[in-house]
Amino acid sequence: MSALLEVEHLGKRFGGVRAVHDVSFAIEEGQIFGLIGPNGAGKTTLFNLINGVIKPDTGRVALQGEAITGMAPYSVVHRGLARTHQIVKPLNDMTVLDNVIVGACFGPQKLKLKEAATAARDSLKTVELIDRAHVLAGTLNLAGKKRLEIARALAGQPRLLLLDETLAGLNPTEAERMIAVVRRIREESGVAILMIEHLMQVIMSLSDRIMVLNFGEKLAEGTPEEIAHDERVIEAYLGDPDLASRLMEQK
Amino acid sequence: MIFDLTASVINGVLVGAIYGLAAIGLTLIFGVMNVINLMHGATIALGMFSLYLLTTAVGLNPYLAIVPVLLGGFVFGVLVYWIAVHRVIGSSDLMTLLATFAVNMIIIGVGTAVWTTSPYNVDVSVPQLAISMHGYTIPGTQIVAAVLAVILATLLYGLLYHTRLGKAIRAVANNRAAAELMGINTRWVLAISFGIGIAVAAGAGVLIATLFPFTILSGANYELKSFVVVVLGGLGDPAGAMLGGIVLGLIEGVTAPFVNVSWTPVIEFTLFVIILVLFPAGLLAFKWGRK
Amino acid sequence: MGSQVILKRPTFWIILLATLAFALVPALTGNLELRENLLLGAVYIILASNLNLMIGYTAYVNFGNIAFFGLGGYIGLYVVNVLGWSLWPACLIAGVVVSLLAFILGTGILRLRGAYFALATIGVNEAVKAFVTNFEPFGGASGMYLSFSSFNALGGARHALWLAYFAIVVLMGLSLWLSLAIKNSRFGLGLFAIREDEDAAMVLGVRTPRYKSLVYAISAFIPAVAGTLFFFKNGVILPDQAFDLTLSIEAIVMLMLGGQGTVIGVALGAFAYEQLRGFLLVSSTFSQFQLVVAGVLLLLIVLFLPEGFMGWVYRHLPRLRRVIE
Repeated sequence: MSALLEVEHLGKRFGGVRAVHDVSFAIEEGQIFGLIGPNGAGKTTLFNLINGVIKPDTGRVALQGEAITGMAPYSVVHRGLARTHQIVKPLNDMTVLDNVIVGACFGPQKLKLKEAATAARDSLKTVELIDRAHVLAGTLNLAGKKRLEIARALAGQPRLLLLDETLAGLNPTEAERMIAVVRRIREESGVAILMIEHLMQVIMSLSDRIMVLNFGEKLAEGTPEEIAHDERVIEAYLGDPDLASRLMEQK
Repeated sequence: MIFDLTASVINGVLVGAIYGLAAIGLTLIFGVMNVINLMHGATIALGMFSLYLLTTAVGLNPYLAIVPVLLGGFVFGVLVYWIAVHRVIGSSDLMTLLATFAVNMIIIGVGTAVWTTSPYNVDVSVPQLAISMHGYTIPGTQIVAAVLAVILATLLYGLLYHTRLGKAIRAVANNRAAAELMGINTRWVLAISFGIGIAVAAGAGVLIATLFPFTILSGANYELKSFVVVVLGGLGDPAGAMLGGIVLGLIEGVTAPFVNVSWTPVIEFTLFVIILVLFPAGLLAFKWGRK
Repeated sequence: MGSQVILKRPTFWIILLATLAFALVPALTGNLELRENLLLGAVYIILASNLNLMIGYTAYVNFGNIAFFGLGGYIGLYVVNVLGWSLWPACLIAGVVVSLLAFILGTGILRLRGAYFALATIGVNEAVKAFVTNFEPFGGASGMYLSFSSFNALGGARHALWLAYFAIVVLMGLSLWLSLAIKNSRFGLGLFAIREDEDAAMVLGVRTPRYKSLVYAISAFIPAVAGTLFFFKNGVILPDQAFDLTLSIEAIVMLMLGGQGTVIGVALGAFAYEQLRGFLLVSSTFSQFQLVVAGVLLLLIVLFLPEGFMGWVYRHLPRLRRVIE
């Protein structure tokens, strides 16, 4: 039985820069997989390579055993992999509900308009945005737009959800709510999640497994405990050795 | 045959230099503010008629007339920028296209009312410069016009690369937000760039009018040629535009003996679309201030 | 969106009533001047609402939309005149051929975005015009004149002209209905997503290349058929007239005036523009300045009311948008 997502030796250069180099990992069904690393480590590029926004130079990506390497983003979505953007991309002049209907209509389940509207409402309830369903997406604040990103991706009922820094730019209260949303998504739908996050305590507490990227290369992979005590990770990323133990205590 | 071809090549390069100058006006505006200037043709026509007025009513030497036309064109361009373009800078492409096209309609409308659409011409001849070879004569006017086009393009190049203003213009073309942070008054840089673009187009109109008869609608034809040139040279790239102009002139000149001249636009525009799709950065792109 | 059956929408009935009025009022009164006036209005509505599918729904500015109309006219007249077929199959052939060409062309030029696409469409229009000007089977620069016998097949000239008029009015109704149907469909939703943010649409699963090519081909069909009918009724087709870039851009003015992306607004804009144009042409003061007035009007809309008339109305009465569109 193959894993839900398998990434093998993925690589991409931009000019002389090795943005991502020889990265391999696998995600199981229902798993939350954290991706961390310093700014510019190639995390978002890795997302773009996986979902087809950028074509990799080398390597292979497979979803449920099927190769999706270099497929167009829409073909990747149709096979069950949805994502959100770090820099939000709301469809500004459409209502919040219509935004999510787009995700439901054109996502993995390819729902008809009517069913899509129902799925979209459910999805908006999950992310606590249902009361804003009829306002234009462009008028939401950043926290709202981030939740809209998740609702859109979720509405098509994907097998795997890629979350790109859903907490960045949120104040502590908003972040708190967002973490609750992510937990709820996992409980309600059982969808596997691959998430990039900078807040260490969040990623440590949410993830089943964590991978650390540094200068485009995989530095380490393991359970949160293993990562927190990994020498190289502490040196390259966490900096302070005590931070790791504090993080684990908080968990 | 060989002489025919040589003559066609020379002819093509000479006309091409003027196409290049006209296109520089278009591409400068696109490069700096991402606006495709649909009043380009009308501006060329205005240049033509300014020449007509300055030579007939004022009695100015046609080649000296280019100076007041450039100045007038600049002032006119800055005015148009503040009235019609500034408000839509940064909104959708459709809005900037339509704003400049609206000005185009107004100019053509007024021009038609004043001059009708019948042809005019300006009497210029410089016989002492004409070159004859084996029964084919290249008129002196064509040589003077091409030389002036190259001089103007060089002056503009000097302005862009060796003055503070040029530096500011290039900075704004590269990244408007960053230029703003560096303390450049981008609003005025945009207005001035638009003025320069319009002045250059009007100047090209003057040069064209010394060669061929013209109507108020003639500009449209040169506007389309400028599009082709700009795509050949890379959108937003003045140096590429001059080269693109010469390439277009050569295509026209060299194909002339072999293909019926009425097929030239078919070739031109088909090439135009194909190049645009396959090489959106331009065939001869120099990467000048592209975003 | 989409929850209401299209028959329940008031707009469907407004379109039906307008179409009937266009057909019946000149027919019952026998007023030929009115017929010619409404004919031009109907053609403008056809051009503007099909263009709206590209500009208003998908945010791809097609400056060469008139090429569909002109090429349709040429193909249709060729089928009638040279092949000697009747008008109706000629219309169908024109529509299908032009749509297919648009689909193929679209897969190429729709890879371009924004201003680049707009430029390419100008190039397409000019290339097609230059080609037709040289294409001998289409009569080259001197165009094609319809032989009088073509009218006989439809029961004489008088009868044929009325038939062509009715057919154009039907196409007008169909164009508006098509705009409305697409707007309330899954296809339309995909187009709107592309309009708002093409990259986001792609990541949400919208098969953007196919959607763009499809809407480009669809927006070509009715204008091509209308081109056949219009030039059949004129009896002559010339390159400059068939591929008039100014009319292309005037169509954009019309849809801006009424409100891009709206169904009823675009129709109102086209009709109002036609009326205004007619008024300016016959007015003693303005006949010289028709283009100036149109230009000033366009500039004012662009600068101060970019959403257009109906866009403005819907912004102030959002409920109305849900009922009408």
